Amino acid sequence: MAVVDHGYTCVAHRCKDPAVPHSLCWGAMRLPRPRGPLSALTATSLISAVGPSTDRFLVELDGLAPSCDVIVNDDFQLSLWMLYELHYRGFDDVDPELEWDPRVLACRRLLERRFEHELRFRTEAPAQKARKQAHQVQNQQPADTLAQQLGWLIEHMEGPRLAPYLQREATREEMLEFLAVRSVYHLKESDPHSFVLPRLDGGAKVALAELQYDEYGAGRVPRLHQTLYGDALEAAGLDRSYGAYVEHTPGSTLATSNVMSLLCLHQRHRGAALGHLAAFEATSSAPCRKIAAGIDRLGFPDAVAAYWREHVEADAVHEQVAIRDLCGRLVTDAPRLHDDVLFGAACCLYLDALAATHLLDGWQAGRRTPVGAGR
Amino acid sequence: MTSPVRPGTGTPRGRSVQVEPCPEGPVLVRGAEVVLDADGHEHEVTRPVVALCTCGRTQRDPWCDGTHKFVRD
Ligand code: FES
Repeated sequence: MAVVDHGYTCVAHRCKDPAVPHSLCWGAMRLPRPRGPLSALTATSLISAVGPSTDRFLVELDGLAPSCDVIVNDDFQLSLWMLYELHYRGFDDVDPELEWDPRVLACRRLLERRFEHELRFRTEAPAQKARKQAHQVQNQQPADTLAQQLGWLIEHMEGPRLAPYLQREATREEMLEFLAVRSVYHLKESDPHSFVLPRLDGGAKVALAELQYDEYGAGRVPRLHQTLYGDALEAAGLDRSYGAYVEHTPGSTLATSNVMSLLCLHQRHRGAALGHLAAFEATSSAPCRKIAAGIDRLGFPDAVAAYWREHVEADAVHEQVAIRDLCGRLVTDAPRLHDDVLFGAACCLYLDALAATHLLDGWQAGRRTPVGAGR
Repeated sequence: MTSPVRPGTGTPRGRSVQVEPCPEGPVLVRGAEVVLDADGHEHEVTRPVVALCTCGRTQRDPWCDGTHKFVRD
């Protein structure tokens, strides 16, 4: 297979030879710089290829202040991100054998338990209220009840006004920071959900495969959504390499990506994984249109807004397919997964709102993370 | 105001077009190759399933762009 050389040098992977074209180290990245004792322990144990010890992990975990909010904690979320990334593209400087090393998995489990516990606690109240929405209609089909409850959650857990801010007020630097930190997910867009396919049956599987096929370009390589995002980054003068901006990304945004790995890598969370996807797709179309308008306002090249424009249309379709066909068929076939779907949807809405608040608050307080603009 | 759709012919058995209306939303169409809008213009179908606007408020006619949700309220 011919390797396409995009003609720019690799920054993210910190190749030993800085002149190495990005294409020659495609897919590989190096571990990010740690952001605290937990991520330092994670990184050193991954590099040394002996795997971390759960005892030391527990010590560091307990060392986080009791009041520590693991959901927004940079150190915690970066550690979890590194451990999850072994299941995606891996790291240049980590032995790929560690992906299934029992010690690595045991440490990941410790972090996941804390993360999941916290998510359950934070989403319990809205999920409970959503469940009450059903009792008003008699003989309702399970799929319709679910659609109604998902609609309630989406309406009542709406995040702060990040998209309108990006549309009308954001500066060029703020928009670049937004594009950069979002790349942590969008450069592997839809990949977490591919792990869910073999965990589904029948109608829900068909619906997810239909969504994924569209996300993966519907048979056309340049239309792969991950590639479209890379094109957008490049057109904005940013680095399109996978993982390039992980070190700039706040814990709250890492959490939005980590939650998908949490839900999609566990068979028992398949219902929640689909609920997350439905909420994600259903809150995408209108914001994408606003973000595209903001990008145009700031005078970026057309390729930057093209990614967001594609999602206005795509996600209007995906929203219907995800709520009705995907989640609807799932709960029709497996009613016991109903609450899991709501849990996943609430996780998505809660974390998206938190990440948006964090970005907006930071900008309002004059906190900016320069991501470099233009090569 | 559902637009006429023309089935795709590229598949072995000449596949059928499936139409699925969404309550208070668009119509999902699978298996079409081309959609004709009210003015007779052809729009190529480039994704496995498309959503056709039925509320008349979309800014990306004939495709639904999610605007119907805000119209309803
Ligand atoms: S039906 Fe969705 S915008 Fe008209």
